[in-house]
Amino acid sequence: MTDARVIPIKTKDSKSNARKKPAAKKSPAKDVPGKRASGSRRSASSSAAAAPAEEPEERPAHDPLPGTEPAPVAWDRKVANALAFVRRRITGEYEIDEFGYDRELADKVLNAPLRPIYSRWFRVETRGLENIPDDGGALVVANHSGTIALDSLMTSLALLDHHPARRQLRMLGAHLVFSTPVIGDFARKSGSTLACAPDAERLLNKGELVGVWPEGFKGVGKPYSERYKLQRFGRGGFVSAALRTKSPIIPCAIVGAEETYPIIANAKTLARIMGLPYFPITPTFPLLGPLGLVPLPSKWIIEFGEPIYTDGYPDDAADDPMLVFNLTDQVRETIQQTLYKLLVQRRSVFL
Amino acid sequence: MPRVVLVTGVSRYLGGRMARILTEDPRISRVVGVDVVPPRMDIGGAEFVRADIRNPIISKVINAAEVDTVVHMGVIATPVQAGGRMSMKEINVIGTMQLLAACQKAPSVAKLVVKSSSSIYGAGPKDPAMFTEDMEPKHTPSSGWAKDSVEVEGYVRGFARRRPDVDVTTLRFANFLGPRVDTPMSSYFGLPVIPTPMGHDARLQFIHEDDGLEAIRRATIGDHPGMFNISGDGVILLSQAARRAGRPTMPLPVSSAGLVGAMIRRLGLADFSPEQVRFLTYGRGIDATRMREVFGFEPQHTTSETFDSLVRGRRLNRLLPPERVEAAEEQLVSMLTGGEVSR
Repeated sequence: MTDARVIPIKTKDSKSNARKKPAAKKSPAKDVPGKRASGSRRSASSSAAAAPAEEPEERPAHDPLPGTEPAPVAWDRKVANALAFVRRRITGEYEIDEFGYDRELADKVLNAPLRPIYSRWFRVETRGLENIPDDGGALVVANHSGTIALDSLMTSLALLDHHPARRQLRMLGAHLVFSTPVIGDFARKSGSTLACAPDAERLLNKGELVGVWPEGFKGVGKPYSERYKLQRFGRGGFVSAALRTKSPIIPCAIVGAEETYPIIANAKTLARIMGLPYFPITPTFPLLGPLGLVPLPSKWIIEFGEPIYTDGYPDDAADDPMLVFNLTDQVRETIQQTLYKLLVQRRSVFL
Repeated sequence: MPRVVLVTGVSRYLGGRMARILTEDPRISRVVGVDVVPPRMDIGGAEFVRADIRNPIISKVINAAEVDTVVHMGVIATPVQAGGRMSMKEINVIGTMQLLAACQKAPSVAKLVVKSSSSIYGAGPKDPAMFTEDMEPKHTPSSGWAKDSVEVEGYVRGFARRRPDVDVTTLRFANFLGPRVDTPMSSYFGLPVIPTPMGHDARLQFIHEDDGLEAIRRATIGDHPGMFNISGDGVILLSQAARRAGRPTMPLPVSSAGLVGAMIRRLGLADFSPEQVRFLTYGRGIDATRMREVFGFEPQHTTSETFDSLVRGRRLNRLLPPERVEAAEEQLVSMLTGGEVSR
């Protein structure tokens, strides 16, 4: 879908287009520096830049006055794109991958409401994005917290919008996610799949960036008093998957998610009746009803640590339980130490 | 190389076409088709023997013709075809037992090809995204055709153990679909309004009828012992399929599925077992890598092409034909932008 009137927008600055409709092109790492600059600028100085972010970038390319010409172009192109999107939705002419990931839908519809939450509400700050490879399989392992798994969505958005290669994080979720109507459906469409060895290895072998939260429900459902204390890291299945596929493990520490919905009690009986792993009681929920579902606006920091490479181990390393345990501990320890470090650096919970 | 081939389930569409395809091969001297009712369609040069595979007569047929290759396509998917669930189970399970018992006693038999189904993997939230042939089902099917298929495969494994000299090929097919074949899926998508499980969107895979038959022919002619998932490339979602068929969907709570399924069955619109409802809720994916790399077979149609062939072949009247949607889109675009945006 090219348009004669849009061509003047310099192809060198294609990042402005790529950002607007990222589903259309899986852009290579061509637009490396610009994307990161714009990302950090947004978080650093959220000044009175009510104008869209691409405007300052196209000014040097064009004449100094970004007058009446570009604006309608952007507008009618947007309309055309939106209509084409609607047409494809109506006629079913779109592609999903074997896991049920619907790239176009995820990017245009499912991620859209999360972006303001990411930048305005939680003001997420990312560190160590350079530790994520631009291509090839890698396993991001992070701490899990915050009652509902907002941390996974924010991590995914951080990598998609702020990593130079716009990497899509393929998250692994508990089977409870996939047996829940609506949530399971959205999870698959946004690229998640079941946390099991075959799926993890399949994704890593395809060169995808896989995200895993090994604490599972123990992490998200823990009381506020135990904040930032890592729970048991599953059974180390993620390490085996990384060893089998020789993918690097990237420890990731997320600070801020613990304070979004502080759990002060767990209504176990109610949880059992409803078939949930826990039923959280927070200062605002269920006291304030639906209003209690609004997360507290904590300030977030997501730090990606240095990769732990697994390609140096022998081929049958995944069958050595001692090695798997040790690596699991190493990853867990790294994340725990990073969490402590970030907590010390953090000025306050909400600022 | 087979000379005398026995095909079961020859009176139904796929079995009949398979018999005809095999007779066209000059290297095969004789094709014997077996079923309980005479075939309605032309089975070409194949001989038809009216025999019930549920009783020992089948043994006489095999011995008399000196059958060396048995193609078992007699597993029925829907109770309506068989005349009730009871007789469906009889035909599927007892029929397979009798057939295999006869094969075990017949020294001439050297090859067995079984048309099985990916439904043996079950369907549920604990499933991996793609099943390979070595994986065990996480949710063992508990009813209907899927359960029958599991049992049939069990007996086939037992037979392979007792007759190690016989080459056994088991083909686990994704759902057959195409312009002519009648399956529960084709009648489902033929419903004027498609009931779907609310809040779920199953991943579906299809195999085109021509591709499926070619796979069975390949297994019959060549030497490919083993178990193979057979499916067209790619997956489509239930909602996407309904849109491609141009049919409105009606999301219903999963708990009401039994009731709705029974109602649809009662009305004779489509044939629904609880197992199929599960499948339409959670979906399933099968990995066809071994089909490509070991079996050496590449289907001509992808999953979505197969589905489109159903839509075209059945002339499913699309509520919103894609051409009209496209025209409307173009009109809107030119109206809003003064006709300057071209796609």
